[in-house]
Amino acid sequence: MTPLSYLLQRGTAMFMAPLIIIHLIVIIMAVQGGLSAEEILARTRGSIVWGSFYGVFVFAAAIHAGIGVQTVLREWTPLGRLASANIGHTLITILWVLGARAVYAVVWA
Amino acid sequence: MSVSGITRASRAHPGFVAALIHRLSGLALAIFLPLHFLSLGLALETESFAGFVAWTNQPLVKVSEALMVSALAVHFAGGLRLLAVEFFGLTRALSLWIALAFAFGLGVGVLFLMRAF
Amino acid sequence: MSPSERVLKVDIWRGESQGHYQSFEVPERENQTVLDVVSYIQRHLDAALAYRFACRVGVCGSCAMTVNGRPRWTCRTHVSRVTGGGKLTIAPLKNLPVIRDLVTDMTPFFEKWRDARGRFVPGDGPRDEMAEVSPDSPQRAAASAAIECINCGICYAACDVVSWRDDYLGPAALNRAWAAYNDARDGDRPGILQAMSRHSGCHNCHTHHSCAEHCPVALNPTFSIAALKRATLKAKLRGELSR
Repeated sequence: MTPLSYLLQRGTAMFMAPLIIIHLIVIIMAVQGGLSAEEILARTRGSIVWGSFYGVFVFAAAIHAGIGVQTVLREWTPLGRLASANIGHTLITILWVLGARAVYAVVWA
Repeated sequence: MSVSGITRASRAHPGFVAALIHRLSGLALAIFLPLHFLSLGLALETESFAGFVAWTNQPLVKVSEALMVSALAVHFAGGLRLLAVEFFGLTRALSLWIALAFAFGLGVGVLFLMRAF
Repeated sequence: MSPSERVLKVDIWRGESQGHYQSFEVPERENQTVLDVVSYIQRHLDAALAYRFACRVGVCGSCAMTVNGRPRWTCRTHVSRVTGGGKLTIAPLKNLPVIRDLVTDMTPFFEKWRDARGRFVPGDGPRDEMAEVSPDSPQRAAASAAIECINCGICYAACDVVSWRDDYLGPAALNRAWAAYNDARDGDRPGILQAMSRHSGCHNCHTHHSCAEHCPVALNPTFSIAALKRATLKAKLRGELSR
């Protein structure tokens, strides 16, 4: 790990801390009385607030997960520094794409 | 890494256990995340999304959901422990108490509020 | 050995990285250390057993070995404290190449010590006055807290990240880098932060505290490494680091 990846890892962690608290609260509220698609979409559809919230959450979570997986691959598998970095970066990109699509789907679709 | 290496006597201390839980919960979340995004992406067609949410209404899925939420809470607590030591220079004993307190509080609170039991 | 004497069963690693455990029976004594046991075996049972020791009183660090799974100074480990059920398993320190039996090659350990820039780099030239270092200064206090390392290798053997990546500099080298960084007279303190910022550097530590858990001198390399993380981060945000 270099100072840059360390900064990104710890930085996204600190950035996400309050977002996680909010996310956990939303989850708990959403499952009261059973999970319902209409309830979820009623909250998110057309909402700039939720769009922004989940948008930045996805951005940070993708980076955090990618660097984390890269570290685990490097330490727990025979993969070397470059291979694990490539897989990590690929995961970040995949999560950005899928995450952006998910945010679009629940807010703008 | 060999699985048997985990039980090595030099690893039988709270710091390693906390780090292991942090890592395993992180891996679980990293695997879950793309699936989570894919299922939310179903909302591109409202009917598919509604169908999916209806499908989640079964015991096995509910248990998995509860486990993922706990994984998030536990990973969060472990992360706080790391930040406490790395950025605030807390001692290892104090940092462990922080992690335990948060993990316990969050985990129990979340599971209870989700009406898992 | 008289029939009334109690006997200790001891398994000792023989060979190099490939090898096997060999069993011995050693008379049990009161106030017996693991080093006493190893010495008895080499002197009375098998002269070919290779092991290291020097001071035998807990100040040199030469006798460090893996005892029942944990890295310890064998001269300071009383047998009665570690044998549950009368069995002792002794192996060389982990994470280092094995020369033979209980003797490891400390070369990688010291190469990393060197690579972590833990040595003093003098300033520009002779000064007019003596350098003043107040013992009360926070820097001197930080250096003092980390300085008692005698390079025994126990933290290195205990470190989980070292066992997972052989390029990682490890707790001892990084702890020394922190002590050196706090030497106000050092002529190239930024150079230490550069050394910390390589792929093998301090950011690989996952704060397990396995090092602090086992250090016989009660040092806390995790704490030193956390401080190095903060120092390198500050330098990075100020644009003083090249990576």
